[in-house]
Amino acid sequence: MKTWLKIAVSVWLTGIIIAGIAFSMVKVPQTWYEFPFIPGLEEKARNIIFHVPISWATVVAFAMSMIYGIIYLRKKDIDYDLRSVSSASLGLLLCILATVTGAIWAKFNWGSFWNWDPRQTSIFILLLIYGAYFVLRSAIDEEERRATLSSVYSIIAGVTVPFFIFVMPRIMSGLHPGSLGDEQGKGPVLEFKMAPNMLMVFFASLIGFTVLYFWMYSLKVRQMRIERHVQQITETH
Amino acid sequence: MMIISTSYHIFVKEFVSEFRTRYALNALLMFVVTTLSIILFSIGQESPSIDVLSGTLWIVIFFSAMSGLSRTFVAEEERGTSLTLRLLVNASSVYIGKLVYNFALILVLSVIIAVSYVLFITEFTVKTFEIFWLTILLGSAGLASASTILAAIIAKANTKGTLFPVLAFPILLPLLLTCINATKLATEGAFLVEAVKEFQILISFTVVMIATSFLVFDFVWKD
Repeated sequence: MKTWLKIAVSVWLTGIIIAGIAFSMVKVPQTWYEFPFIPGLEEKARNIIFHVPISWATVVAFAMSMIYGIIYLRKKDIDYDLRSVSSASLGLLLCILATVTGAIWAKFNWGSFWNWDPRQTSIFILLLIYGAYFVLRSAIDEEERRATLSSVYSIIAGVTVPFFIFVMPRIMSGLHPGSLGDEQGKGPVLEFKMAPNMLMVFFASLIGFTVLYFWMYSLKVRQMRIERHVQQITETH
Repeated sequence: MMIISTSYHIFVKEFVSEFRTRYALNALLMFVVTTLSIILFSIGQESPSIDVLSGTLWIVIFFSAMSGLSRTFVAEEERGTSLTLRLLVNASSVYIGKLVYNFALILVLSVIIAVSYVLFITEFTVKTFEIFWLTILLGSAGLASASTILAAIIAKANTKGTLFPVLAFPILLPLLLTCINATKLATEGAFLVEAVKEFQILISFTVVMIATSFLVFDFVWKD
C-alpha cells in the first residue's frame, strides 16, 4: 500500500472515531455536529458507526478468503492459500470484535449481552466455522493437502451462509432490524433511518474500515510469505 | 448410464463390507441405546417440556450420525483401499455411492431412534405423524449430504475422530434448528401445510450441499 494511503486512512479513521464518540446525540439537532435521535435507540445509536462497519469488514474478509480458496483449487499456487488464510485470520479477529461490540450494544438496548437473536446466532456460527477451519488446518501437516482441504471446507461452509442471512431470520423471531416480528424491517438489509450527517459519517466509517482491512490484509500476506520463506530456508539447511 | 451402475456397485460394496463385520451397525445401535438410557435416567420422574424433548431427539440423531458416518472414508484410508478405488472408478461415482450408503445408514438409524424415542419417552407425544416422519426423512438426507463430503475431508487429516463433529456442527446447524422447529410443529398437532416452510429449507439445504460437494469432491478425493 502507498504511504499516502496509509496516512490518509489513519487520519480518516481518527476523524470517524472522534465524530462517532464526541458528536452529541440530541432530540432536535441545532448544528451540523449533532445527530438526531433514532426512535428506540437514542444515544446508543452511536454504535452503528463502529459495529456495522466492523461486521461488514468481517463479511468482506471471509468472502475474500473463500474466493482465494476457489482460485487456489483452480491454479494450485500456494500463494493463493497464503492469501486465503491471511484473510480468514483477519476475518476471525474482526468477527470477534463485531460480536463484542454487538453484545455490548445488546446489553444496553435489549437488556442482556446474549439473546440468541438470529443475527447473534449467525455470527456465533461464523466464529465456530472459522474456529473449525483453523483446527482443520492444524490437523494437516502437508502444505498442499492442507490448502486443498481447507479451501474445500471454506466453500462448503460458504454455501450455508445464505441460510443464516436470509432464511433463519425469517423463521426465528429476533430483535435485529429485518427479523420476523419487526414491522418496519423489510428484509435482511436494514432501512437507513439516519439523518444525512450521521449517514455521511456512517458511510465514511464503512469505507474507512474496509480500507483498514485491506491494509492489514496486505501486511498479513507479506508476513505469511516471509514466514514460509524462512521456514523453507531452515528446512533445507 | 455408466455413472449410475458404478455408483450402484460402490453402494453394494459399502453394504457388503459393512455386513461382513457389522462393526458400525452394532456400535451405532449400542450408542443409541446408551444415549437413550442416559436421557431416560436424567429425566427420571420429571416431565420436561416438549421443546426440550424435540431438541434432545435431534441431539441424539446428530451425535449418532457423527459417530457413524465418518467411517465410510476413514475405513478406506485405514485399510489402504482408497488407491485401488481411485484407480477403478471415477470420483463422482464414489461420491454418489457413498452418499446413498450414508443416507441409507442414517435413515435406518434415525427411524430406530425416533421409534424408540416415541415409545420410551411418554411425555413426547407426536400429534401429526406426517410432519414427524417427513422431518426424519428430510433431516436424514440433509445430515448425509453434508457429512459425506466432511468425512472425505477428515479422512485425510491426522486427528480423525474429534475433528468430525467440530467441522460438521456449524454447517449442520441450520438443518438441525429447522428439524427441531418442524418436530415441535409435529408435537403441537399442526397441519401438514404449516410445516411447508421448514420442508422447503430442508430440501434446499440438501440440494445445495449435494451440488457443492459434487463439484468439489474431485479435489478432496484426488489429493
